[in-house]
Amino acid sequence: MIYHAIWNNLPYLAEGTAITIALTVVLLTTGVVVGTTLGLAQSYGAWPLRWGATLIERLFRAIPAVVLLFLFYYGISGFYDISSFSAAALALGLRSAAYQSQIFRGAIASVPSGQMAAARAIGLSRPRAIVDIVLPQALRQAIGPWTNEALSELKDTSLAYTIGVVELMRQADYIVSANYGHTLAVYSAAAAVYLLLSLAATWLLGRADARLRVPGFAHS
Amino acid sequence: MNGSKDLMRVSGLQKRFDNKTVVNDVSFTLAPGEIKGIIGPSGAGKSTLIRCLNGLEPVDGGQVWLDDIELTARRADLDALRARIGFVFQDFNLFTHLTVRRNVTLGLIRVKKMSRRDAETVAERELARVGLANKLDAYPAELSGGQQQRVSIARALAMEPELMLFDEPTSALDPQSVGSVLRVMRQLVAEGMTMIIVSHEMAFIEAVADDVLFMVDGAIVEEGSAKQIFHHPEQQATRAFIDGIAAAMVGDIENQATSA
Repeated sequence: MIYHAIWNNLPYLAEGTAITIALTVVLLTTGVVVGTTLGLAQSYGAWPLRWGATLIERLFRAIPAVVLLFLFYYGISGFYDISSFSAAALALGLRSAAYQSQIFRGAIASVPSGQMAAARAIGLSRPRAIVDIVLPQALRQAIGPWTNEALSELKDTSLAYTIGVVELMRQADYIVSANYGHTLAVYSAAAAVYLLLSLAATWLLGRADARLRVPGFAHS
Repeated sequence: MNGSKDLMRVSGLQKRFDNKTVVNDVSFTLAPGEIKGIIGPSGAGKSTLIRCLNGLEPVDGGQVWLDDIELTARRADLDALRARIGFVFQDFNLFTHLTVRRNVTLGLIRVKKMSRRDAETVAERELARVGLANKLDAYPAELSGGQQQRVSIARALAMEPELMLFDEPTSALDPQSVGSVLRVMRQLVAEGMTMIIVSHEMAFIEAVADDVLFMVDGAIVEEGSAKQIFHHPEQQATRAFIDGIAAAMVGDIENQATSA
């Protein structure tokens, strides 16, 4: 019976898993793009940029994820027809950007100032030196903490359930409602999927880390 | 006056950190082919001064001219000027994420707009010149300090600079490595390179410098030929410094003798 509850509903769990993966990828991409921009603005920007970036960062780190989800979905749907998936990607993506900006800012700060000086000394412009010298080193330093952030966001996609995104958690919930029970088994199946996804992501990012490894570069 | 002949002119240079004056009214000229040594006690402002000469430190007063271009002008194209001035750092500052080869080719490709192939030819030539043709694919962390410093000299030379600035190039090296770096620098002397060298290697400065600046507390106390500064200093402070070093060296030798 229990096995049937899981087995017969595997397609639904798979569908939910696909949405969970898609949401994670979209929100992390948003987070990387916005997060590096914020991190660069905080590291190199003139003071208005620096302040602006810091304000955005503090704001998105201070507001609880569920409040952000409600703001971006119910708040925006008042004047624009936003899908719950887009609202979730935006809310969680911007929140992740705020956390990622601190990872990137720290990684940029960890690159010794002599690297920038040496780059400028051979005639590279400041932006060129940032792109060619500072960022490649900073991003390598960032992979470790970024992996933690990615895993934490993967799990936080389950919060999108609250605004009706039919991801893994909501599919599990549907299955429980339709089967009058097997609560433990169904939620355990969902938990197992999150575990597998986490292991896969860790493995994938570990491979990226190994591939980018350079002798003498200390990694966390 | 004789400005058109000088490769570099420095006039009334001032640099402050917070309220402390680190470089105080420094002026000198540098002729093409000249080798100028800058010596003085730690904290005299030698490194800050040399970093002002290619704009790595913005100045608070005075001017630096390279040929007829004022490097300290508000609108100076510093990137273009720096490409003409080689700079060697005390702690090498090789790009840690790049191979030795890419350390040397980067400036050629990005600044001189050379093709990758041409840049690699130049890199191989320059690295052979400093005796590291076999380290092209190594990363900086895989090299000794002396090897890293020689790569950093090759990186600077590849840009075909008109002038090389050395900021204590051997201070971070173990005694065995010092010799290999000084050999490369002697070779440059022989080739007629124009150089300004901040160093504590007094014997080397005495041997190669045409002109020596002795600095204390940010100011030039005495300028003269190596012979004058090291053997017939006119200023009491210079004499005390040179004698102090001589005494320290004798002390070292005596220590080695007693510990042996």
